[in-house]
Amino acid sequence: MTGVRTLHLAVEIAPPPSAATGSALRDAAATVALARLAEDAGLDFLTHDDSFARPGLDALAVLARTAPETRSIGLVPTVTTTHTEPFHVQAAVASLDWASRGRAGWRVAVSPGAAEARLFGRRPAAPAAELWQEAGEAAEVARLLWDSWEDDAEIRDVATGRFVDRDKLHHVDFEGASFSVRGPSIVPRPPQGNPVVVVDATRPAARETAARHADVALVRASSPEEAAALRAELHRAARAHGRDPGLLRVLLTLAADLDAHPGGPAALAGLVADWHGGGAVDGLHLVPAVPERDLPRFAAEVVGPLRDRGLFRTAYEGTTLRDHLGLPRPVSRYAPKGADA
Amino acid sequence: MTESRTGRKQIHLAAHFPGVNATTVWSDPRSGSQIDFSSFEHLARTAERGLFDFFFLAEGLRLREHKGRIHDLDVVGRPESITVLAALAAVTDRLGLAATVNTTFNEPYELARRLATLDHLSGGRAGWNAVTSSDAFTGENFRRGGYLDRSERYTRAAEFVATARELWDSWPLGGERRRFAHDGPQFRIEGEVTVERPPQGHPVVIQAGDSDEGREFAASAADVIFTRHSTPEAGRAFYADVKGRLARYGRRPEELKVMPGVTYVLGDTEAEARERAALISRQQISPQNALLALEQVWGRDLSGHDPDGPLPEADPDPESALVQGRVRIGDPLAVAARWRALSEAKGLSTRDTVIEATGRHSFVGTPASVAAALEEHVATGAADGFILVPHLTPGGLDDFVDRVVPILQERGVFRTEYTGTTLRSHLGLPVPVWKGGTP
Ligand SMILES: Cc1cc2nc3c(=O)[nH]c(=O)nc-3n(C[C@H](O)[C@H](O)[C@H](O)COP(=O)(O)O)c2cc1C
Repeated sequence: MTGVRTLHLAVEIAPPPSAATGSALRDAAATVALARLAEDAGLDFLTHDDSFARPGLDALAVLARTAPETRSIGLVPTVTTTHTEPFHVQAAVASLDWASRGRAGWRVAVSPGAAEARLFGRRPAAPAAELWQEAGEAAEVARLLWDSWEDDAEIRDVATGRFVDRDKLHHVDFEGASFSVRGPSIVPRPPQGNPVVVVDATRPAARETAARHADVALVRASSPEEAAALRAELHRAARAHGRDPGLLRVLLTLAADLDAHPGGPAALAGLVADWHGGGAVDGLHLVPAVPERDLPRFAAEVVGPLRDRGLFRTAYEGTTLRDHLGLPRPVSRYAPKGADA
Repeated sequence: MTESRTGRKQIHLAAHFPGVNATTVWSDPRSGSQIDFSSFEHLARTAERGLFDFFFLAEGLRLREHKGRIHDLDVVGRPESITVLAALAAVTDRLGLAATVNTTFNEPYELARRLATLDHLSGGRAGWNAVTSSDAFTGENFRRGGYLDRSERYTRAAEFVATARELWDSWPLGGERRRFAHDGPQFRIEGEVTVERPPQGHPVVIQAGDSDEGREFAASAADVIFTRHSTPEAGRAFYADVKGRLARYGRRPEELKVMPGVTYVLGDTEAEARERAALISRQQISPQNALLALEQVWGRDLSGHDPDGPLPEADPDPESALVQGRVRIGDPLAVAARWRALSEAKGLSTRDTVIEATGRHSFVGTPASVAAALEEHVATGAADGFILVPHLTPGGLDDFVDRVVPILQERGVFRTEYTGTTLRSHLGLPVPVWKGGTP
């Protein structure tokens, strides 16, 4: 979009914790209906939260089930890193990218509780700083493994009998504080090269990991000034890690009950336009109080007016989540230098 | 025994997605992507069109290596099973969806939850092939790093499956969630699950190990056993063996289905089918693959050996660690002796010896003769059904579904419509008894 920063909109669709009791697990068809609503509104992506600490289905599988029934919207499940295997996590996210033809993301999260630790019985609960440090390592090894197959590794060369060029498959030999991984991945490089990494950077413990590894950072803030300061801090830290801050999107996470929001949907549309226009954030990640009720209103009464004002896309221009976010497809870090960018 | 109104024993069928191995032919112009979702969708839809019991995905947690380098001759690269099966649940309606997932490099809480999720998302169609690879080579990709002593692989697997069942039984559908506590040598865990009991009660559990411990584990805990014993004689011996182990666990013979993995080649005449089978064997065993097979047995670097010349003169090195991430050859010296005898008797080159010795298709013939052989296999107690392994992605099952399934149906040995909605119902397996206390 000509010189103007693109506005990015996303929505959380997991059933709210209060609803998820008894038989309240949402069925697949209901999730698909929500995803289609979000897609019809042209949103960049939807998130589906997850945790071992409260009722709900495995988010990555829920969004995989949704993938064939949607075409454009980005699919970003939460997957935790504290009690899971980094090797399995990256393989599952890469597989979601394959199943969705380039629409996968991964919201990195940790499991801080003692109750969660007892579900696994492998390690005691640990301080948040330590868990986020490990989450950063999980994100780092995921990128290495996604890159461990160069894009053109599969050659199918009948003359030499070789299916792959083994020089384009790489051991990653990652040594972290709490795990090591030899690699390469068992999954070929996913369509987006690297699926989109999302980190909730609101808590200071997570901020470093966000600055280093996230493509999208989510922040909570109660004023545009606070959001702008967080965004500037994340950009500074990203630069310090040698990253281009222009490739880090910062979205405001806002929990909203559209019925109760002061001023209603119109005020929310105004807030998004102002905060984004003023450079405080790159967009909004809405966490509706009740997705089934709030998402249709959000689409009609917030996204609609933003489109009318020319601030938000009226149709998807690309096919991958990276396309929607204006993020280039990364070249594998193992590719020979000077390979096509 | 599942019987139709014709009184004939019914056949169960599953479709194996063409694997990461030398069975899968990639050099054929019809060979499509092994990773695009469209290939999985094509094969799953074909299997469902053929009214198959289930669709099956294998697993390998480390790319195979040969002489310290990644093996490059076969198809390689596949998605993580549960993720792609959850996506396939959207494009199929009745087909069972079975994932191979290792018990050494996973934890029961997380895996039981993911499998329960797949069962919910598919309306009761999930299956789990619980495999036990435990080698240090694979372990290098995981937190536990090291590995499990080989003798412990089934100790952990058995406790893993038992724990998963406890977890599935800790939140009755529509009832109150209750705390679980498991205190065993392998796992000491407690808390609450996040997912209600799966629609099937428990996803269907498949086992695929062949050792004595593996068979015992299957007899005690599995619903289906996946085996390589696909000839009638070996099949009958295996079948009798595993069925004979069930009584010890208070189980009836029909509670464990024996399903060998089989390949097939069809032709309009028997001669044409045989010709095609020979052609496929040559595609599968390229000169390079023949040398690789040789090195696997010999345990020596034979890269300079001429595949069109005779077998090597030196004997195998039985202590070799040349090959990693593959099933080990049981007795290399004996295999080498067999190959030498074969080569001498028929005057075969190295490659032709390998083709002759290893290139085998389980069922070769016209659709009618293959259907008859499948029926015979099941009727004579060599199997309860088959896991078909096509040699082409994604179209390798098309001709079987179009040409063999209708004949099986005419013969009254295969369903003409799905009568239930769950994988358990297709397999004729009982719903597991709730063991979580008064729901
Ligand atoms: C027909 C068959 C298929 C198998 N498929 C897999 C597989 O996909 N992934 C895997 O890790 N192991 C697989 N295995 C290995 C077994 O699960 C098991 O770990 C191995 O055979 C060692 O156990 P055993 O000593 O009892 O045979 C398979 C085994 C058989 C017989």
